[in-house]
Amino acid sequence: MAELALLADALVRATPLILAGLAVALAFRGGVFNIGAEGQLLVGAVASTTVTIALSHTLGGFVIVIAAIAGAAAGALWAAIAAELRRRFHVLEIISTIMLNFIAIHLVSYLVRGPLQEPTRIFPQTETLVEAARLPVVLPGTRLHLGFLVAVVLALVLAWVLRNTVWGFRVKAVGASPSAAWSTGGIGVNTTTFNVFLMSGALAGLAGSIEVSGVTFALYENLSPGYGYTAIAVALIAGLNPLGVIGSGIFFGALEAGATALQREFGVPSSLASVAEAALILAVLSFAAYRGRRIFGLTARSPA
Amino acid sequence: MSDIALEIQGVSKRFGTVAAVDNVSFAAKRGSIHALLGENGAGKTTLMRIAFGMLRADSGKVVVNGSLTDVHSPSAAIAAGIGMVHQQFSLVPSMSVAENVALGRRGRFRPDAVAAQIEAIGVRTGIALNPFAKVSDLGSAERQKLEIIRILAHDARILILDEPTAVLTSRDTGELFSQLRSFAEAGGSVVLITHKLRDALAHADEVTVLRRGRVALNSRMDSINRDSLTSAMLGASTVNVPGEKPASLLREVVASVDGVVAGRADSTQLCFEIRGGEILGVAALDGAAAGLLRTLAGKLELASGLMSIPAQIGFVPENRQDEALIPAFTLSENFALKSAGTRSGVLTWSEMSKRTSMVIDGFQVRADGPDASAASLSGGNQQRFVLGRELNDDPPLLVLENPTQGLDVSAAAAIHVRVRDAAARGTAVLFYSSDLDELAEISNRVLVVRSSGIAFSEPDRETIGKLLLEENG
Amino acid sequence: MSTLGTFLEGTIRTATPLAYAALGETVAERSGVINIGLEGAIIAGAFGGFVAAGTGSVWLGFLGAGIAGAVVAAFFALFAIRMRADQIITGTAISLLALGLTATLYRQLYGSEGAALSIPTMGVMAIPVLSEIPFIGRAIFAQPPVTYLLYLLVPAVWWWMYRTHAGLGLRAIGEDPRAAIAAGIHAARFQFVAVLFGGFLGGIAGGVLVIAQAGSFAEGMSAGRGFIAIAIVVLGRWHPLGAAAAAIIFGAASALQYLFQAMGWELPYQAFLALPYVLTLLGLAGVAGKSTAPASLGRWQDQH
Repeated sequence: MAELALLADALVRATPLILAGLAVALAFRGGVFNIGAEGQLLVGAVASTTVTIALSHTLGGFVIVIAAIAGAAAGALWAAIAAELRRRFHVLEIISTIMLNFIAIHLVSYLVRGPLQEPTRIFPQTETLVEAARLPVVLPGTRLHLGFLVAVVLALVLAWVLRNTVWGFRVKAVGASPSAAWSTGGIGVNTTTFNVFLMSGALAGLAGSIEVSGVTFALYENLSPGYGYTAIAVALIAGLNPLGVIGSGIFFGALEAGATALQREFGVPSSLASVAEAALILAVLSFAAYRGRRIFGLTARSPA
Repeated sequence: MSDIALEIQGVSKRFGTVAAVDNVSFAAKRGSIHALLGENGAGKTTLMRIAFGMLRADSGKVVVNGSLTDVHSPSAAIAAGIGMVHQQFSLVPSMSVAENVALGRRGRFRPDAVAAQIEAIGVRTGIALNPFAKVSDLGSAERQKLEIIRILAHDARILILDEPTAVLTSRDTGELFSQLRSFAEAGGSVVLITHKLRDALAHADEVTVLRRGRVALNSRMDSINRDSLTSAMLGASTVNVPGEKPASLLREVVASVDGVVAGRADSTQLCFEIRGGEILGVAALDGAAAGLLRTLAGKLELASGLMSIPAQIGFVPENRQDEALIPAFTLSENFALKSAGTRSGVLTWSEMSKRTSMVIDGFQVRADGPDASAASLSGGNQQRFVLGRELNDDPPLLVLENPTQGLDVSAAAAIHVRVRDAAARGTAVLFYSSDLDELAEISNRVLVVRSSGIAFSEPDRETIGKLLLEENG
Repeated sequence: MSTLGTFLEGTIRTATPLAYAALGETVAERSGVINIGLEGAIIAGAFGGFVAAGTGSVWLGFLGAGIAGAVVAAFFALFAIRMRADQIITGTAISLLALGLTATLYRQLYGSEGAALSIPTMGVMAIPVLSEIPFIGRAIFAQPPVTYLLYLLVPAVWWWMYRTHAGLGLRAIGEDPRAAIAAGIHAARFQFVAVLFGGFLGGIAGGVLVIAQAGSFAEGMSAGRGFIAIAIVVLGRWHPLGAAAAAIIFGAASALQYLFQAMGWELPYQAFLALPYVLTLLGLAGVAGKSTAPASLGRWQDQH
């Protein structure tokens, strides 16, 4: 039974990683360097928590759906700031999304000590969500909630969209070569990029929403131990392939769950997990360089 | 001291299975202009890149001023007194003339000292430029001057020029050769890489003809005539016989413009129409026609005025790797790219694959099927594929930007054949080329684009050149 | 000290580490390489400075900080220049790696209560006469010596970049590597050295945080300064003097909080914490279209 609990823990941990990993994979596929999944996830959690607390007494269990939509919308909106800065002012999204991550962290810090703080005003967090507003557990006796299945289904859907729809093809074409996408395909590069950015933000926002209604049941600081950054590793190890994101998300979920357990049991710093993640990204990069391939379409700018 | 400045002895160079240069020897004398003549792909540029240290020969020697020299890098070649002006200029556009001249030196950079040196070269050789002008503001003739000034600033005594007249008008060509002549008379030597018989005949003292990587002829210019040069260049087989131009069985008007197109720097007032079956050549200096071509291809809005173009347009942009293809994508995906902007919904890849195979077969693209990546194709095959894709739905209008650039003779000829076929089937073709000879060969008439306005020309090189020149006059 | 004096002093204090990092990044970016791993160099510099200053010498501390930053940059250069992996992804991974590694090492070496550890700090050294100038004197000339070093370094870098052939070569590589290579310049070697220099100065920036300001190390204390510095490079239009000016403007805007507090304006403290990031976004949007990056920045060039 202990193994089952461990497995469930890994999958619980994998859930936000898969969703945010999909966000990053989609963005990178479309040539958008969204490093802001962390911030989008946080504002998604904020919106979702706010909506749930406000409406759970009137809507009951249905509030989970509304909260998820609110979370996704908030994530998209947060991404829209960076998307608009890129579209209108050519601001590098790598910088803007990271700035927005820090702003989101301070926003959460302010909210849980200010307007959204729980009624006793002792703890820096919101009140706890009522039972009915929580995602159901799918594996009895563990913490594994429905959100994991949602993440897996979304990965399948995204894989299908990228492979079989014109929209998905446009995203890949714009990501691989904006000039060819426009000159040959007549694809509106700016529009496609903007939409991808928003979709990516929505997926990350959804990750935040599901984390709140499936795991934490409240909003507080450090709600995310850097899921949005780990998601970059998740997406890259998966080769930006949504199906691969399921696998790499679970792998990193297990890694982080294991690291937490190791820290608890043996005092090994859990920050070692992020070292391992970064090392893995670099390993993938060097492997791709070794094979002489320009991976991910990101570096598909042809040699001069 | 011998009077041989640069001697190549038995140099060979293979790329894969192809021998680009095969046991070539030749010698350029001090005080003379030596033409290295041959068709595109004959190995001229490869040979001179070896002499300039950009490529390593598989075997053979390079002797400079009588001593065996290891030109392992361009800097070694420069140190040995060799300078080379490439077909593609290697200038930094955002920097000044002086900064470009000083590039690659060591120690302190004193812009005024460099400017004084440039002015001194101008006085000595007549090749003069404003040292503080920004390169991006210079025309191609001036950029070429800058390339030569850079070489002279290194005290080079051996000057290699790769197709220097390709980008020049006839007047600029004349000026260039008189400057090269005075450089030679002052004891320098010039190696002129060219495929133009005319340039070699008019200006060279000596000639070496390369054909398929081998020396076909080595002679003094005054002891040879045009015919023997031609047969040395082309060999027994006749290459590139000009095809029959489609007769002027002109059909309905396919596209018409009356308005202003925005160019990179300026705008052009236009009024013309093009009919089905016609190949309308476009001549312009330095991409001055880019705005016009892209507008006609439906990629840019007309700045003002009226334009009518068909809904379906085939477009072959100049930069194949960046604009016509996504190298990392498969051929099927590259085929699907064509319609990706206008379609929606679900893509049927089996259907795409089938249609891609038809293009591959129909245009004799050498590829491992529709799932091969575009990057795995040679330049000529990529271009055939692009042209095939663009002609796949029989568009009424086809817009081509330098479609044969970088292709060897046979690949270029294959493109010409396809374009003529399309015109014969009723497609109106807008054919831009920076090579006036190519325009003269393929067009029914030629649209000359200048900043002062447009003009039409007969497909004749001299007339086109004169009209282009009026820009400056 | 007067309110204005506090404000000006705060301006220079905030600007110093940013100016160091931005100056180094300016050199790297003028060679065509965008080092998103700058954040990693700063945190490594902070940690390296912390360890080296533990020997008792603050100057040894700064040397350690610079070397630690350069080592991180060397890793970046190995992947991004040598293997020509994607600069953005490599930089992100390097930042994650350095953040995780410093946190792990810190916990391993000093235990989780290491925060109490402190090191010798570099005190203020007021320059006679100059520091007596009214209003600005103390702010500019009563600073730690490492700040004075910066006053000399900025013009020195300008002179090198615009008055030596090596500087000319560096700028040419950033604009058009093919042309630079054709002129006999070893582009990759230049880029490598430029990135190392940028990493060294990034490390110094981290050293300033630890040795001249905080007096101790904390996990993640770089707090996005690497990314802010990259934004400052843009605001400074890729010019050393511009970078210094932009850093000062940025420092001044951040130091506004002292004025606000003096005025008695109440704002949640999180607003001040978020201010630098908001300012970065506004600044980047403000220079839109007025600032041109080196033409080949972040691109891949065939160097054969």
